[in-house]
Amino acid sequence: MAVASPSRSTFGGFRSSLGGALTNPTFWRGIVALIGFALFWELCSRSKQMFGVQVPWIGMVPPPSDVLGAWAKVVTEPGYWQSWYLSLNRVLAGFIAAQIVGIPFGLALAVNRYFRDIFFPPFEILRPIPPLAWVPASLIFWPTNEMSIAFVTFLGAFFTVVINVLGGARTINVQYLRAAQSMGASQWDLFWKIILPGTMPSIFTGAAVGMGITWEVVVAAEMISGGGTRKGGGLGFFIWNSYMGGSLEQIVVGMISIGIAGYLCSSAIRYLGFAAMPWRRLF
Amino acid sequence: MHQTPPASALGRIPRVNVEIRGLNMAYGEAWHRQQVITDLDLDVPAGQMTVVIGPSGCGKSTLVNIIAGFEKPDSGIVRVDGQPVTGPGHDRMVVFQETALMPWLTVRQNVSFGPQLRGEMDRATLRAEADRLIDKVGLREFKDKYPLQLSGGMQRRAELARAMINQPKLMIMDEPFRGLDAMSRELMQEFFLKLFEENRRTNLFVTSEIDEAIFLADRLVVLSTRPATVRSVIEIDLPRPRTYAMLASEKAFDYKREALDILHQEAMKSFKMGSGQSDFLEAYAKRAQ
Repeated sequence: MAVASPSRSTFGGFRSSLGGALTNPTFWRGIVALIGFALFWELCSRSKQMFGVQVPWIGMVPPPSDVLGAWAKVVTEPGYWQSWYLSLNRVLAGFIAAQIVGIPFGLALAVNRYFRDIFFPPFEILRPIPPLAWVPASLIFWPTNEMSIAFVTFLGAFFTVVINVLGGARTINVQYLRAAQSMGASQWDLFWKIILPGTMPSIFTGAAVGMGITWEVVVAAEMISGGGTRKGGGLGFFIWNSYMGGSLEQIVVGMISIGIAGYLCSSAIRYLGFAAMPWRRLF
Repeated sequence: MHQTPPASALGRIPRVNVEIRGLNMAYGEAWHRQQVITDLDLDVPAGQMTVVIGPSGCGKSTLVNIIAGFEKPDSGIVRVDGQPVTGPGHDRMVVFQETALMPWLTVRQNVSFGPQLRGEMDRATLRAEADRLIDKVGLREFKDKYPLQLSGGMQRRAELARAMINQPKLMIMDEPFRGLDAMSRELMQEFFLKLFEENRRTNLFVTSEIDEAIFLADRLVVLSTRPATVRSVIEIDLPRPRTYAMLASEKAFDYKREALDILHQEAMKSFKMGSGQSDFLEAYAKRAQ
């Protein structure tokens, strides 16, 4: 059998088990690359005190050792974790709402001509508006800051989700539909048994891209809105606050925290896609 | 038509005649309108293998789509067993050019798709019937694999099983072995021919390969260049079961010459019309030698 066994396969770099990761050269190359990058950064940051020459740009950034120190201090403060919690909450709220509204909306656009004729033109006019341009309108629309941020986050993912679902559903191989029709499929069957599974890969692509956008949007929205509560206004506000307080290390802590949070979120989506689409685990 | 397939389908295959009368089909609007099929009459006699051959782009796939009921002709009628075709139905199964197995279903799920949809069989019967057909096409080991894990030839065999489980009265093969490498193509032709000679299900096989056509056919229908119409019907009187060796016989050679002459004329015509099928022309000129 010239068929690769699924246990050895990767899906977008995602490993099916931790044991698999530890024996995987890709995993170790990744670790080594991260360490190498940190060393390079450390050297560049300290170049002024070590060699008397400042490396441009990266030389102004505090070295990773200082950042780690700041981090160690920050992790003991509940405000830092509160920031994580608030941002994550907003991202998930906006993201999930975008999936719940966007997937059926995209599918409806794809399968119903009249629906598409009516709703696609206004959708296409609204789509190019950057989510952040919605911030003032959103602040007027919604009674609380929190709801405004969630709404802007929702918009960020919504348009991407819809476009992906629409594109995916419209490009399903017509032969699948015809074969199913020959075998006696009703419109209902065609939707549930062909169009929906056929659109799944695009649904997950939309989710992955949408997740990235929600993080971008939430951080910017938090900076603009000033964060809301006094306890801590999310990771975006955490960075802004560190900037105002003049702590370069904390700015970097905030940035890397967002990077990690975003990575965890997209890993979760990859994992869901992996579980939901066993036929895509083959390569 | 709730006919439960017997444990062995042999001998229970319905034999039907298919008649196509006065078919006309055009695509496009107003001045872009292009006639694809014109006044096409065609018989697909019961229990026979009717092979349709024609220049590429002549409208063969349109013909298939009309017979399968995916498209409505501008005029003309298709009758299966005397009943006019009004839309798709599982009395006519198409095996398409590119694989049309659902990639998200395993081989067994794909094969079971039709009967399951129609709720014709209980679970156990369906499973047994699906497994029987999967065995028959030699994919026992691959039942639980997804289509993308199979080779091209295996995909086509899975597709044959998926079509057969529906007990179609007419099998429509639309260049089913195109895109396979020469080796798998020959193997598939032999396999498919064996299946046909076993059950003699009424068959319409569309191809653009002359050797494949003569190897398989009881009747060889040569189509004109676009707009398609029947140019000639050649009765292929070679013994069954067929073997590749028969293709080297004088008789087979005469059939081939006869068909190629017509195809060549048709190709010249479309070439002169400027439809740019020079590659096709070259290919056939080479083969005719």
